[in-house]
Amino acid sequence: MTTKLLEVNNLKQYFPIKGGVFGRTVNHVKAVDDVSFYVNEGETLSIVGESGCGKSTTGRAVLRLDEPTEGDIQFNGENLLDLNKNDMRKKRKDMQIIFQDPYASINPRQTVRQVLEEAMAIQDVVPKADRVDKMMELLDTVGLGSHQLDRFPHEFSGGQRQRVGIARALAVDPKFIICDESVSALDVSIQAQVLNLLKNLQEQYNLTYLFIAHDLGVVRHISDRVAVMYLGRVVEIGEKEEIFDNPKHPYTKSLLSAIPVPDPSHKQERIVLKGDVPSPIDPPPGCRFHTRCPFATEKCRDETPELRKTETMTGTHEAACHYMEDIEAGRHKAAY
Amino acid sequence: MFVFTIRRILQTIPVLFGVSILVFLMMHLVPGDPAQVIAGEAASPQTIEQIRERLGLNDPLPMQYLNFIMNALQGDLGTSIRSGQPVSEEVFSRFWVTMELAFYSMILSAFIGLIAGIISAVRHYTIIDVVVMIIALFGLSMPNFWLGLMLMQFFSINLEILPVSGWGTPEQIILPVIALGTAGAAIIARMTRSSMLEVIGQDYIRTARAKGVKERFVIYKHALKNAMIPVVTVIGLEFGTLLTGAVLTETVFSINGLGRFVVESIRARDFPAVQGSVLVIALVFILVNLIVDLSYRFLNKRIDLN
Amino acid sequence: MTNDADVLQIDNLQTSFFIDGSEIKAVDGVSLNIPKGKTVGIVGESGSGKSITSMSVMRLIRNPGRIKGGSIHFNGEDLLQKTEKNMQNIRGNKISMIFQEPMTSLNPVYTVGQQISEVLQIHQNLSKKEALSKSVEMLELVGIPSPNDRVKQYPHELSGGMRQRVMIAIALACNPELLIADEPTTALDVTIQAQILELMNGLRKELGMSVILITHDLGVVAETCDYVAVMYAGQIVEYADVHTLFNNPKHPYTVGLMQSLPRHDMDQEELNVIEGNVPKPGEMPEGCRFAPRCPFASDICTRELPDLMETEDGNQVRCWVYSEKWDGDPEVNVKDDYKTARSQ
Repeated sequence: MTTKLLEVNNLKQYFPIKGGVFGRTVNHVKAVDDVSFYVNEGETLSIVGESGCGKSTTGRAVLRLDEPTEGDIQFNGENLLDLNKNDMRKKRKDMQIIFQDPYASINPRQTVRQVLEEAMAIQDVVPKADRVDKMMELLDTVGLGSHQLDRFPHEFSGGQRQRVGIARALAVDPKFIICDESVSALDVSIQAQVLNLLKNLQEQYNLTYLFIAHDLGVVRHISDRVAVMYLGRVVEIGEKEEIFDNPKHPYTKSLLSAIPVPDPSHKQERIVLKGDVPSPIDPPPGCRFHTRCPFATEKCRDETPELRKTETMTGTHEAACHYMEDIEAGRHKAAY
Repeated sequence: MFVFTIRRILQTIPVLFGVSILVFLMMHLVPGDPAQVIAGEAASPQTIEQIRERLGLNDPLPMQYLNFIMNALQGDLGTSIRSGQPVSEEVFSRFWVTMELAFYSMILSAFIGLIAGIISAVRHYTIIDVVVMIIALFGLSMPNFWLGLMLMQFFSINLEILPVSGWGTPEQIILPVIALGTAGAAIIARMTRSSMLEVIGQDYIRTARAKGVKERFVIYKHALKNAMIPVVTVIGLEFGTLLTGAVLTETVFSINGLGRFVVESIRARDFPAVQGSVLVIALVFILVNLIVDLSYRFLNKRIDLN
Repeated sequence: MTNDADVLQIDNLQTSFFIDGSEIKAVDGVSLNIPKGKTVGIVGESGSGKSITSMSVMRLIRNPGRIKGGSIHFNGEDLLQKTEKNMQNIRGNKISMIFQEPMTSLNPVYTVGQQISEVLQIHQNLSKKEALSKSVEMLELVGIPSPNDRVKQYPHELSGGMRQRVMIAIALACNPELLIADEPTTALDVTIQAQILELMNGLRKELGMSVILITHDLGVVAETCDYVAVMYAGQIVEYADVHTLFNNPKHPYTVGLMQSLPRHDMDQEELNVIEGNVPKPGEMPEGCRFAPRCPFASDICTRELPDLMETEDGNQVRCWVYSEKWDGDPEVNVKDDYKTARSQ
C-alpha cells in the first residue's frame, strides 16, 4: 500500500518587488503559482523545468526556508504551515535538503567531523557517546573513508563534497530528502557515482526524494514520477514512463525533443521553441505557455487549462492543455 | 533613474534631522551648565544669567531646538561669543578656503591614486607593483599633521623654496594640499588596484582580447570604465575624510579656514560657532554623499534593473 | 601531417602553468587537425585541458600559464611564431571565439551595438556609422528580433540566450575561417540550447567556416560534430569521426563516459560509473593517466604511457589494449566487457 508522505496543495510563492519613491510593493514575482502534487513514501518525484520555472522555489517552500504565500503542505498527515518556528525546526529532522553546490552550503572552516557533529547536535538524534561511531558509519555509507573525518571541505573534490553533503543530510535519519540540483555541477563520471549512491540509499533506508533537476536524463534515471513545471505552474505530471514515452503537453514534448541524443545516427523531429520564457512578474494570461506554443489559439490566451487526464493517458498521468486530444488526433496542427 | 533620484533626496531628510539634533544637543551634552562653561570659572552669576538669556537657555529644550532649527533654516546660526559677529558670516568667510583645500587635495588624491593604482594592477606581481603598494602603505600610515610638519621642515625651512604658512598664492597651496591629499591618494591607489585586478579577471575582458582588441585598449576602454564604479564611491567618500583632515592641516599651516575655526572655537568654548561650523560641514558631507550615490547609479546602469 | 584541406594543424602542443615553482601540465602533447568546413568536437570533463587547448590556439594563455612547445599552423603559418600584434589581427577576424558564460562575457558598460561595432572597426576599418549598421545586420543574422532597438541596449537588458546570440554576432562579424566555441550552450536551458545549436549549424553551412566545439555534453557532440577528440588529463585519448566514435568507442575512458551518461530516451538499470576521480594536475600517475580508474589496467598500463595509435576501424586510441605490447587478456573487448570488468 502506498501512503502519501508529502502532499502539497495550491502552493503559491510570491516575492514582492519594491519600487516607487516610497519603496512600496509595486508588483510580485509569481515564482510558484498554484502548484499541487504529492510524493508517496519511498518514491522519487522529480520536478523538472528550465531556469525560472519555480522548481527550486517549490522545494524551498516545502521546507519553509521561504514562507509560502498561500497553500497547504501536509507532511506525514500534519500541515507544516500550522507549525510554529520551533516545531518546524524539529520537523526538519525528518526533512533534509542537499543543494547543488555543497561547497557553498558547508562552512569552509569546519571539518567533516564538525559538520556532522553539528547536524546531530541540533536535532539531538544520537547520544553524544555514539556520535563518532555514527559518523564512521555515515562516511562508509556515502563512500568516504574514516580517515577523511578530520578534513576540511576544500580538501575534497566536487563529488566528494557532495558525498559530505549527503552524509550530513543522513546524519539525522530523515524520512524525506529534497535534492535541489544535487548532481548538476558534477562531471558525468562523478555524477553517475552520486546518482547510484542516492538510489542505493533510497532502497537501504526507504527514503523519499523530491528531486529537483533540469537534466532530463538524470531525471529519467532516478525518478518514479515526474512533474514538469513551466513559469510557476505544473503543466504535466505522472509516472516517468508516461512523461518520457507518452508526453501530452506541447511544452513537455518540445523540452524532450530539444535534448541532444548521444547517438549521431539518431535523427529526430525537433520542436524548436521560439523566443524566451516570459517574465514571472507579469506571466501571460490563460495558459502560460501560449506565447511560445506552436499550437496556441485564442482560447489558450483566455482560459487557463487545468490538469486533466485523457483516454490515452495511464496511471496518475495528467496534463494541462486544452488541445491534447485534438493534437493527438491530428485535428489541430502546429502553426510553425 | 528619476524615481531613484527623488527617493534618494527624500532619504536625506531623516539624516538632516538627526544631524541637526546631534549638533544642537552638543552644547547640552557637555557636563555642567553650558552658560557656566562659556563664561568660565570666575564669572559672576549675573554674567552667567546674561549668557543664559542671550542663548535662550532658559526655554524648555524642545523650544530651544525649534528656535535653533528655524533660525538655521533662515541662515541664522547665532552669534559668535568670541567675536560678537554672526556665526554664519564667520563660517562663510572661511568656508571657501576649506573647500578649496579639500577640493585641490581631492584632485591630487584622485590623479595620483588612479595612475598609481592602474600601473600597479597592470604590472601585477612585478617589482613596480610592490614598490607602489609599499609607498601607498606609507602614505596611508602617515598622519597628515605629521606629514605637514615634515614637508614644512624640508621645503620651507631647509630648502626655503615654499612658504611655511598661509593660503592664497599657488606656493602657499602646494604643501597643505600634499599633506592632506597623500592619505587619500594611497587609499584610492589601493582601491583602484584591487578593482582593476578584479575587472581584469572578468569574462568580458577575455572576450575583448579574443576580439583582437589591443592590450592598451583592453585596459583603458574595457577594464577602466568598469573598475571606476567602486572607485568613484571611494573618491566621493574621501571628500568627507578630507574635510575632517582639514581641521589638523589648517592648524598646522595656519590657514584661516573652517577647520581651524572649529578648533579655535572649541578652545574658546564658543558653542554657537562650533555648532554652526559643524552643521555646515555635515551638510556638505551629506550633499557629497548624495552626489556620489547618484553618480554611482548613473555609472552602473545595471542596478536600474533591480 | 600537413594537409591542404586542414585549416588548423595543432602539433604536439604543450601548455603548462607554473605555480609556486612547480609545473602543471594542463595540455601535454595534443595534436589535432581541423579540416576545412568541418566541426571538430573536443570532449572531456573539467580539468581535461580542452579549454586550455582552445585558449592556446588563440594565444590567450595568461601568466602564470605559458605555451611551452609544439606548433599551431593556421593556413600554413605557425601561430606560435607570430608577434602579439599579428595575433591581434587574427583574433576576432580570422579566428573567433565564443565562451560558456553569456551572462558575463559581454562588457556591462557598453551597448550591444558598440560591442559588435568594435570588432568591425578594428578589423575592417569601418567608420562608426558603417559598423553600427553592419551590427544591426549581424543581429538580424543571429535571429534577434527588432535589431534596430536591441543594438542600443545594454547586456543586462537581454536574456542569456539573447546574449549568446550577440556573442555569436561578434564572433562572426568579420567572417572568420575558424570559430572556436567553448561550451557555448552549457549555461543555457535546453530549449534555448536547441535554438543556439540550430543557429550555429545553419551559419556554419552558410558561411563555410570550420568549427572547434568544446563541450562535456556527448549529446551535443553527436548532434553537431563531424570528428571528435576525447581528452583526459591533458591528452587526447581517442580521436575518430563521430559515427565511428559513438558506434565503436575503443578507449576505456570513452566507453565509461558513454555508459555513465543517464539517457532521457531509454531506461537504464544502473549507471556504469567510472570509479575514482580525475588525477590532480600536479599528481599525474606514471604510465597511462587513466590506468588508476581503468577496469582493464594491466602491468604495462601502470608503467608506460601509450601513444595515440591507429586501429582497424579508423579510431586513433591511446590505449595499450590495441598494441602488440598488450600484456592483459588478449580477448578483451573494451566496449562489451566494461561492465563486467568494472564489477570485478
